[in-house]
Amino acid sequence: MDKEENKMTEKVDSENIAPENDSVEIVKIEVSQEELDVKKIKRSQKIGKIAATVGVYIFLIFIAIIVLFPFYWMLNSSLKTIEEYKWTKPSFFPNKLDWANYYEAYKAASLGDLFLHTVYVGLISTVLSLIITVLSAFAFARLDFKGKNAVFAVLLATMMIPGELFTITNYSTIYALGWQNTFSAMIIPFLVSVFYIYLLRQNFLQIPNELYLAAKVDGTSDFKYLLKVMVPLALPTLISITILKMMGAWNTYVWPNLVANDDAHKLITNGLRNAFTAADGTSDYPVQMAAVAIVSAPLFIVFLFLRKYIMKGVSRSGIKG
Amino acid sequence: MVDGKTQWKGWLYLAPALIMLAIFTFWPIINTLYMAFSNGYTSLGSAGGETYSLGIENFIKVIQYKGFVTCLKNTCLLCIITVPVSTILALLISVALNSIKVLNRALQTIYFLPYVTNSIAIGMVFAMMFNIVGLTPNGDSAITWGIINNIIQLFGGKGINWINAGSNYWANMMVMIIYIVWNALPFKILILLGGLQSINKQYYDAAKIDGASRSRILWRITVPLLSPMIAYVVITGFIGGFKEYTSIVGVFGNTMGPAGNPRVLNTIVGFIYDSLSNNNYGRASAAALILFVIIFIVTMLNMYVSKKKVHY
Repeated sequence: MDKEENKMTEKVDSENIAPENDSVEIVKIEVSQEELDVKKIKRSQKIGKIAATVGVYIFLIFIAIIVLFPFYWMLNSSLKTIEEYKWTKPSFFPNKLDWANYYEAYKAASLGDLFLHTVYVGLISTVLSLIITVLSAFAFARLDFKGKNAVFAVLLATMMIPGELFTITNYSTIYALGWQNTFSAMIIPFLVSVFYIYLLRQNFLQIPNELYLAAKVDGTSDFKYLLKVMVPLALPTLISITILKMMGAWNTYVWPNLVANDDAHKLITNGLRNAFTAADGTSDYPVQMAAVAIVSAPLFIVFLFLRKYIMKGVSRSGIKG
Repeated sequence: MVDGKTQWKGWLYLAPALIMLAIFTFWPIINTLYMAFSNGYTSLGSAGGETYSLGIENFIKVIQYKGFVTCLKNTCLLCIITVPVSTILALLISVALNSIKVLNRALQTIYFLPYVTNSIAIGMVFAMMFNIVGLTPNGDSAITWGIINNIIQLFGGKGINWINAGSNYWANMMVMIIYIVWNALPFKILILLGGLQSINKQYYDAAKIDGASRSRILWRITVPLLSPMIAYVVITGFIGGFKEYTSIVGVFGNTMGPAGNPRVLNTIVGFIYDSLSNNNYGRASAAALILFVIIFIVTMLNMYVSKKKVHY
């Protein structure tokens, strides 16, 4: 009420020119009023800012809970007995930790074999793929020969074609070569990635040409220069490629399912999906979730240690392969 | 400097890559085109020395085939819904994440976790969360409703048959949309956050002096300056979306649908693999070419739109 009156008097006074001694008084009031207003605005701004920050945190933490919930529920369910899993009111922490699920899952899907197959395919294809990628990227970045740019353009153009278009013919090629149910069938068709060649070429191009010329003057061969200078300098890119390639082996499903789905060559994802296919709602979910947890764990551990490389690699590589 | 020796050397370094590409990339392009335009091409017939007339019969058969229409519809629906939803959500999350300091790195790591998972494995987790054990035929009671229905019931809702036998198509689609969006967020957040961090802070200071509101800053400064990254995640989102397949296998298994109703959720890629396992190579090739053309057109359309709207 007081403030209202003050304002009123201010208005009246400023409209009608008041006697001198009065106006001094009014100026004083105005100043303090202004200070008050500034304080008020500052305070409300501060409150607004705090409220906004709290809102942002609530939103972000809510999303984080949604993101994490499936992982939590997977672990929670994987440690329950089947009886507890079927409780009408679910428990948010297992009453009795049933570690036997993990052993059973490991045995039921023969996860040990699947791990070995996947690591084998992943390692061999990563090593061979790195060799091919380094050699081609070097040729495109440093060597001069006729038709280089044309070949490079053709390679880049193939990146636009969806992989499914190649799959059909590659499938019959694998059969024509008699490679069905072999590890070669899963490794060799995917050794060359135009994208990785492109990525590494860009990296090689950043290395100053003077280094190359100096090495030439010293009589170093191209191959030695590539191995001793360029490869170490491009190591971060090579690590990113390695991780993405290993992740690819871990996640691939469609192609192995087509060409090598016998027990001696099955990869982890195929084994996982096919070992627990009872889709009638009666499958033993705790054991299934234990298997899923075992399969997910290695990628998580790798991610925790190599977070920087993975995120960098992914941000440059586009969609999940 | 260029002499005969380096000429020869360049090709030598490229040889391993080119040989592999010739067998597994260039030959498939030619052969797939041939198979797609050979009327009624099958692998068995071809092995038996049959010859084929050239034409577009395979394409007509694919389009007339009822299963393909279902696949096309499912794929388009999933794309049209999940790409905008995940892009907007990722945009909000990255703008929020960019405005805070405490917990920033921890949250960034958490949001990235869905990326480093196996889409089949986590699909099985989602299936479990939506699964109902022992549902009575009238759908009123069950032994275990599953955690998602438990949450719905907690807020006074009614349990829904999401993925079990007799479930509704839209309930199935809803599960897939939730899963695909959950799975698509990490990559989009990563890209958009990277873009946000490279925006010059001066723009925001200027806006603050002018007294612009938060939403105005978001739509008039952040979004336009971020538009190249937004265009990138939308284009890659559509390309990935049209190739949707494994996430559905993860949730529903190889039957691509709930028990008793297989293939209702099949996609174009699923159709290609089905034709392939039926030895119907002609049809598979035709479908693959159709997929390529769809992706090509959608990408061009996206590029055209973004050329008009993207602010560089």
